[in-house]
Amino acid sequence: MTNSTFTRRGVLKTGAVTGAGLALPTIFTSSASAFTNEPTGSTVKFGFNVPQTGPYAEEGLDELRAQELAVEHINGMGDGGMLNTFTSKALDGTGILGKKVEFVTGDTQTKSDAARASAKSMIEKDGVVMINGGSSSGVAIAVQGLCQEAGIIFMAGLTHSNDTTGKDRKANGFRHFFNAYMSGAALAPVLEKEYGTERRAYHLTADYTWGYTQQESIQSFTEAMGWETVNNVLTPVGAGDFSSYITPVLQSGADVLILNHYGGDMVNSLTQAVQFGLRDKMVNGKQFEIVVPLYSELMAAGAGENIKGVFGSMNWNWQLQDAGTKAFVQSFGQKYGRPPSNSAHTCYVQTLLYADAVARAGSFNPCAVAEALEGFEFDGMGNGPTLYRADDHQCFKDVLVMKGAENPTTQYDTLEVVEVTPRAQVEYAPNHPMFGGDAATLGTCNDGA
Amino acid sequence: MDAILLQILNGLDKGSAYALIALGLTLIFGTLGVVNFAHGALFMIGAFCAVVMQRLLNLSYEVVDPTRTDFLGNPLKVQMPYVESWFGTEFGGGLIEWSVPLSILLAIPVMVGLGFAMERGLIKHFYKRPHADQILVTFGLAIVLQEIIKYFFGANPIPTTSPDLFSGSFDFGVLLGFDPNTIIYPYWRMVYFLFALIIIGGVFSFLQFTTFGMVVRAGMADRETVGLLGINIDRRFTIMFGLAAAVAGLAGVMYAPILSPNYHMGMDFLVLSFVVVVVGGMGSLPGAVLAGFLLGILQSFASMNEVKSIIPGIDQVIIYLIAIIILLTRPRGLMGRKGVMED
Repeated sequence: MTNSTFTRRGVLKTGAVTGAGLALPTIFTSSASAFTNEPTGSTVKFGFNVPQTGPYAEEGLDELRAQELAVEHINGMGDGGMLNTFTSKALDGTGILGKKVEFVTGDTQTKSDAARASAKSMIEKDGVVMINGGSSSGVAIAVQGLCQEAGIIFMAGLTHSNDTTGKDRKANGFRHFFNAYMSGAALAPVLEKEYGTERRAYHLTADYTWGYTQQESIQSFTEAMGWETVNNVLTPVGAGDFSSYITPVLQSGADVLILNHYGGDMVNSLTQAVQFGLRDKMVNGKQFEIVVPLYSELMAAGAGENIKGVFGSMNWNWQLQDAGTKAFVQSFGQKYGRPPSNSAHTCYVQTLLYADAVARAGSFNPCAVAEALEGFEFDGMGNGPTLYRADDHQCFKDVLVMKGAENPTTQYDTLEVVEVTPRAQVEYAPNHPMFGGDAATLGTCNDGA
Repeated sequence: MDAILLQILNGLDKGSAYALIALGLTLIFGTLGVVNFAHGALFMIGAFCAVVMQRLLNLSYEVVDPTRTDFLGNPLKVQMPYVESWFGTEFGGGLIEWSVPLSILLAIPVMVGLGFAMERGLIKHFYKRPHADQILVTFGLAIVLQEIIKYFFGANPIPTTSPDLFSGSFDFGVLLGFDPNTIIYPYWRMVYFLFALIIIGGVFSFLQFTTFGMVVRAGMADRETVGLLGINIDRRFTIMFGLAAAVAGLAGVMYAPILSPNYHMGMDFLVLSFVVVVVGGMGSLPGAVLAGFLLGILQSFASMNEVKSIIPGIDQVIIYLIAIIILLTRPRGLMGRKGVMED
């Protein structure tokens, strides 16, 4: 027989004391590690996840240049760039909340799995508090999902699909860049003015999320003004030779070709369409026209002379004459000897906006930062008065309608600004059907605690 | 009918590129027994020879134009090409405009030299190694070459234009009695097709009608016996490697105005060209050419909307589907020889 010294009361007392003892350090340290990668030293680390290899490496390089410049300006180096024109004055050039900003970089390779792996590594190994950058909607949506799970903020780079802040929107994700719907809303009135209301459009569309939403948006807006959509053909990404997709256009009776392509695909499809003489043809008694709804300066340079007179849209362009743009172009140009691209601009602005939100929130806690960004209205960043809408974390601002310049003087002014479409014209309801309807929600903010 | 004719024309230039790359691949495999995964990179480097020539001819000095400003507000520095100041605007401008055809002169020595360097410096050490090792080392070499090109030229496609004489397109529809604008074909693609025929004809003539070619063909059939006759077949095979590299390079040079050169363009062609070689028959030069044109045209047909509406996505798999059918019905390919890769 064994005599036990345990009593029910004794076990309960011991358990309570042990439990309290174990909980004590957590209670005392909860403010030090209350959220993912809470910075504890004198520095804070940002993660810049951009394509450094692969077809968009050139664009990624320009994003990195801008991000590095933004960090310099936050830390008080250089001429301050847009911090001088930004309407919020929470940043004083001494870092953020007394901490100097450092950064690490990752290579998205413009592949969703590689982008998630590099973001995960930066979050887990380098302890970054925020991920910024990228040049693809597929990548942005994948990394945004990861940041949501990890409990850090994702400040998207160049992503134009409606889905990023539509059906795939996330509480931890924020997009400054415009989207496909806004391109359609801005372009349609200009196309109507230039080409009339009786046109037959043929779409060639990149076979992935961005292509689908852009095609849907452009078709919706052009049909609303009276255009007929003859056909929409999906083309594989990286097809190279688009001749077999271009030649049926002539036999379709279409008099406008809309290229829902980006990057190398846009360069090749546009070049080949011009080589096949499409722009020299008269169809239905009208001059045949080509439209490239989403432009980028780097891609425009790749298309060379073929881009002359072709309409498209952009988030921002260095040729704008507002104070914010001038300050950024001056700062970027002095450092790198070239004007910034619109992907560089959006990454620069996103980095400053994040830093500013932290400063205003007084905390790096992602949910506090998200709250500071939601509904934030600002100006002085090159796009006029801008709103970070709380409902879907999409920025609303003016959109640029661009055209290939007839007589460029350098490799940097191959595009010219045709019209600055006012913000009111590109706004839409948060539950718009193209953005996931009523089913699309941000979910709840995750701080990783 | 007009749509069918149009797709045949479309397939010709793509088929020409496949045929030229596959021809080089077959030459190397037939002579040296090496499966060269760096062959697509040679095509890409050829295209960049056109870019280099374009840049060489556009080498400029700066002239400050005080009436205009750059993006920072400083007086604009206008680039004036040296060739225009040396030879006059008309002739100098003409040289710049004809940079792609002129770059053939640059591509031949560069590609032959590169071929020799590749073969002597790296690939010869892998002759007695398994095919898997050869594939790995040549694939690695292709990635290295790609990255070197990207380092110097960036990742964006670089526009490379054909001479003005060949810009625009020819209306075959009018010629054949169809409606205008129904069958059009760019002049440069016609040039490319003719160029490919000349190169293919040249290679076949070289192998068929010269003593050197005869020895090479004998070596391809029975390397050991030719060696026993006291002929240094290895040296001839090295030259053939250089020739194959030059063929791939020239294919790339002339393709530059069709597809703006970028550092990974070779990989896109490489895989398809290997399928072409397999369909044509390993080691068969006529097979490689025949399969190149055949698959190029079939790929164009598969891209037709009418075909894709019946079988969605067929344009992406047609080449591989044909390869499966050919290998099931004719395991040696269309014109494959007995004994090649069968030991």
